[in-house]
Amino acid sequence: MNDGVHSHDEATEHLELELAVRAALQAVFDPEIPSLSVVDLGMVEDVACLSNGQVNIRMMPTFMGCPALLLIENNVKKAMMQVPCVTSVDVEFVHTTPWTTERITDEGKRKLKEFGIAPPRCGLGAAKVLEATCPYCGSTDTHLDNLFGPTACRSIFRCNSCRQPFEAMKPV
Amino acid sequence: MPQWKDASEIHDEAIRAALIELLTQAADDDLVLGHRDSEWLGLAPAIEEDIAFSSISQDEVGHATFLYGLIHDLGGPQPDDMAFLRPATAWRNAGLLERGNGDWAYTVVRHFFYDQFETTRLEALVDSAYGPLADGAKKIIREEYYHRIHFDLCFRKLLGAGGEAGERMERAIEAIRGDLWTLFDFGSDAQAWIHAGLLTQDVQGLREAFLARINEPLTACSVPAVTGDELNRSGGGRTTHTGELSDLIQTMAEVVNTEEAALW
Repeated sequence: MNDGVHSHDEATEHLELELAVRAALQAVFDPEIPSLSVVDLGMVEDVACLSNGQVNIRMMPTFMGCPALLLIENNVKKAMMQVPCVTSVDVEFVHTTPWTTERITDEGKRKLKEFGIAPPRCGLGAAKVLEATCPYCGSTDTHLDNLFGPTACRSIFRCNSCRQPFEAMKPV
Repeated sequence: MPQWKDASEIHDEAIRAALIELLTQAADDDLVLGHRDSEWLGLAPAIEEDIAFSSISQDEVGHATFLYGLIHDLGGPQPDDMAFLRPATAWRNAGLLERGNGDWAYTVVRHFFYDQFETTRLEALVDSAYGPLADGAKKIIREEYYHRIHFDLCFRKLLGAGGEAGERMERAIEAIRGDLWTLFDFGSDAQAWIHAGLLTQDVQGLREAFLARINEPLTACSVPAVTGDELNRSGGGRTTHTGELSDLIQTMAEVVNTEEAALW
């Protein structure tokens, strides 16, 4: 019976560690969009917490050439080392399934809009023309100014209704 | 046909060497053109193009970095060493891609043709028997979608514009079509790629798919189509290099040549 109680405690501890790790990941933000976490972006593929305090995190790169990846990796490692009971961290970028913009959570989409970036309305190639909803006034009457924007993952649009130029995340 | 989930599963040294050659060609193509793209930053003829080229060159260099990483997994050098420390004779990029940028028309025509070639090659890699390459190809092909639609638009608009733009585009097409065969001059390993399923399309099939892609817009703009014979040449297209490549490598490696241990 004692063993049963013991393993129950271990299971609880393990669950607590995993919850703490996941909560800490929620606080690792995209270096270019400070309100958006790696969890909101759907970058975390898998989290494994071992009983010795080792944490293995598998992440999916958004754009392959994104210069922020190394920064994100370091920020994840730093955040994990702040979690009590974590002894070491391994972060691996995997490509077994491609990251797509459809992985961005609803919360992530809300935060993108709040930051002034229109979230993608559909998946890659689903629409003939690239479309975006104005993050400022909500109008769908917008037009594409430049397929490319300040970062590889964004395009530049203009709203025909409120005349505001804005950025939109490219569906990929 | 065998499938390899990662580098540790490849025990046949001949297959490993052939795979490294395939990856080196693809990575070198991307890095050389990505570097040429970056040479337009601050100089492109329109602000929109300057912005576009910053993303496009970043994507190409990112794809090259990924592919160099796969070479390293297979026992090859570190990605940075592949980029900075190899002599020009060891590079396997197509001769077309190392040429200087020339004018804007040359840049647009070359990029349009290269994107069509790259897509054709990527489509033959998404089901590669080497899993990590198949996974990467699936991701890269999605990102390249934006390059394709950008250069397709630029190509058709400038070529169809007539006047000086049209003349420059036609001159660029004339100059580039003589170099297109270098893209397909894969060398003696190509047989092994196809035999092992590393590449799922034979060279003839790649040529035909590429021609179908580029000849539609050429014909639509009344420019003579490129023929299969023009692509069917061989002899040093990826192994003989010019001083333009040595200059490019020297520019890229300027920091590392100044201070080898520099972190940047």
